[in-house]
Amino acid sequence: MSTTLTQAPSTPPTAASAPKAAGFKMNAKYLPLAATISLFLAMATMGSVLYTGFFSAQVFLNLLIDNAFLIIVAVGMTFVILSGGIDLSVGSVVALTTMVLAELVENRGWSPVVVIPLVLLMGSAFGGFMGFLIERYRLQPFIVTLAGMFLARGLCYLISVDSISITSESYGNLAQWRLPLGEDASLSVGAVIALVVLLLAVFVAHNTPFGRAVYAVGGNEHSAVLMGLPVRRTVIGVYTVSGFCSALAGVVFTFYMLSGYGLHAMGMELDAIAAVVIGGTLLTGGVGYVAGTLFGVLMLGIIQTLIAFDGTLSSWWTRIVVGVLLFAFCLLQRLLTHRVPRPS
Amino acid sequence: MTSSVWTSALRHRLAWPLITLALLLIVNMAFNSSFLHIEWRDGHFYGSLIDILNRAAPLVLVSLGMTMVIATRGIDISVGAVVAIAAAVAAWMIGGSIAGTETRFPLPLAILGAVGVAGLCGLWNGTLVARVGMQPIIATLILMVAGRGIAQLITDGQIITIYYKPYFFLGGGYLLGLPFSLFIVSAVFIGLYLAVTRTALGLFVQAVGINPTAARVAGVQSRRLVMAAYTFCGVCAGIAGLLISSNVKSADGNNAGQLLELDAILAVTLGGTALTGGRFSLVGSVIGALIIQTLTYAIYSLGVPPEINLVVKAAVVFAVMLLQSPEFRTEMGALVRRPPAQGARP
Repeated sequence: MSTTLTQAPSTPPTAASAPKAAGFKMNAKYLPLAATISLFLAMATMGSVLYTGFFSAQVFLNLLIDNAFLIIVAVGMTFVILSGGIDLSVGSVVALTTMVLAELVENRGWSPVVVIPLVLLMGSAFGGFMGFLIERYRLQPFIVTLAGMFLARGLCYLISVDSISITSESYGNLAQWRLPLGEDASLSVGAVIALVVLLLAVFVAHNTPFGRAVYAVGGNEHSAVLMGLPVRRTVIGVYTVSGFCSALAGVVFTFYMLSGYGLHAMGMELDAIAAVVIGGTLLTGGVGYVAGTLFGVLMLGIIQTLIAFDGTLSSWWTRIVVGVLLFAFCLLQRLLTHRVPRPS
Repeated sequence: MTSSVWTSALRHRLAWPLITLALLLIVNMAFNSSFLHIEWRDGHFYGSLIDILNRAAPLVLVSLGMTMVIATRGIDISVGAVVAIAAAVAAWMIGGSIAGTETRFPLPLAILGAVGVAGLCGLWNGTLVARVGMQPIIATLILMVAGRGIAQLITDGQIITIYYKPYFFLGGGYLLGLPFSLFIVSAVFIGLYLAVTRTALGLFVQAVGINPTAARVAGVQSRRLVMAAYTFCGVCAGIAGLLISSNVKSADGNNAGQLLELDAILAVTLGGTALTGGRFSLVGSVIGALIIQTLTYAIYSLGVPPEINLVVKAAVVFAVMLLQSPEFRTEMGALVRRPPAQGARP
């Protein structure tokens, strides 16, 4: 993808790009992120007004707890999309991780202390292998990761076609552990891990050479090569990060489900891509913020929560409403940001 | 003299897809001695090849539509949902009366209705992408999520079984000894091929895909073209939905067309069209769809345990991709070929 990046100016913005009502001037490049956050707050307000019990700390913390694995996967996906690629294998790697973990912990009796680093290594190696193929042989990321998706799911079924429940007590205790925040609110270990991963990712994206290289490669790979950036290492690196995040999300998923199953996380890759794009990252690469991904996931989560609070919708109306809300959100986002110069 | 003919033949865009298809057919022949055998039975041709062509028809149709969309630098992941919607509309309009002789609406009207609704879905996608300016993957994601809900809304959450016999002719009937679905696919393909090569349409679509700004500045109606491409993709998905539901004699809002979008995108890419848009190859997409179908047939007929299905599919996709990559061939070639004789250069 050799589009040139016309980044919004980092100097004080022109009057056309600043919000009209507020007196303060906001840097134009933050407009998509601001749009996402304000739309999320609008949705939360609407929910609090419409449904009693919506406006409680635990409801919002549940957004984090229930979507912890999606946050982790989407963070990894953000790096890949920022570099101009895409990773369709994330859901399958999550399922493969749960399968391997369940098989080793439950059926072989290995200790989780040994298995968890092992599966993290496995996920990273899987991602790194795909990144190697993409970079070395100039293959299209869509197809390579699609094949990776088939491969990971296939390996799941090779281990077992049925689900394997994890009944080990220490594992169950770890899954039940809660970090208390105030009187009624608490966070699960998965949510804590997700927040740590998110903060680390924001740091890496903005304050390390690797993060800067990712943005540069996404903006224009050819220019990045000419600038002398380690493009090959960066590309392999983003897919390794994505594989690591998928494996970590798989571990968190086992805390959530306490089982390993080949049909876990079906369609999670689409949810992750949607979250990343809703969060303001462009699919062509080079533009976007990792923090936006958090709000993208929260956006998807709050749509589900609103529907659950409503409680009257049948399963197919739920799908239609999710589609409508997604559409409304993307439309608003597009209207709010269409003044920001974008790569054509 | 012959080596230069070979190398120029291998450099043809369709060379590697054709070679892959040939290899898959050879693998099938090796394991199944009666693979190429075609005989006349029950008033029509009968054989494995006929079977593959019949089953590949929906995928070929969707791949043709997907090719046009990808050529304009877009993507359409909602085709599976559109298939489900079209099948649901057709099943609803025909009605599930067990008598099998009467329909709620006349059959031609039902077919038109289903294809029309599918075209409207495509138009919706095209409007979102071309007029509102959304990224194609998100615009089509909306319909992909909501579409299955819409299909279930039409069927009221049930799986409608169709008993109307003339409807089965679409997917399972035979004309002049060959499957009727083949004729439908050929008609669509020939119509599209003529439109794309004999008129300026193909040129404009490629222009929009290669450089949208330049195309717009040069006077190409890029918005209308993009909307037309998505509408055509929707129509293709609608016809494919008719074929699929006619084959299984029912309309399932949940499962019809599941994973069809991924197979279609895979077929288009295997056929040589890049996902970044621009130059496209209709024949390549057809070959790509046939590759996928032959692979599926090979996996089933070889008696591979269903667990290994996906791993084999993944391995074949990896192999095909690597073969199609010039860098890989250069590297492998360097391993296999002898370096030129030392001291030959001045």
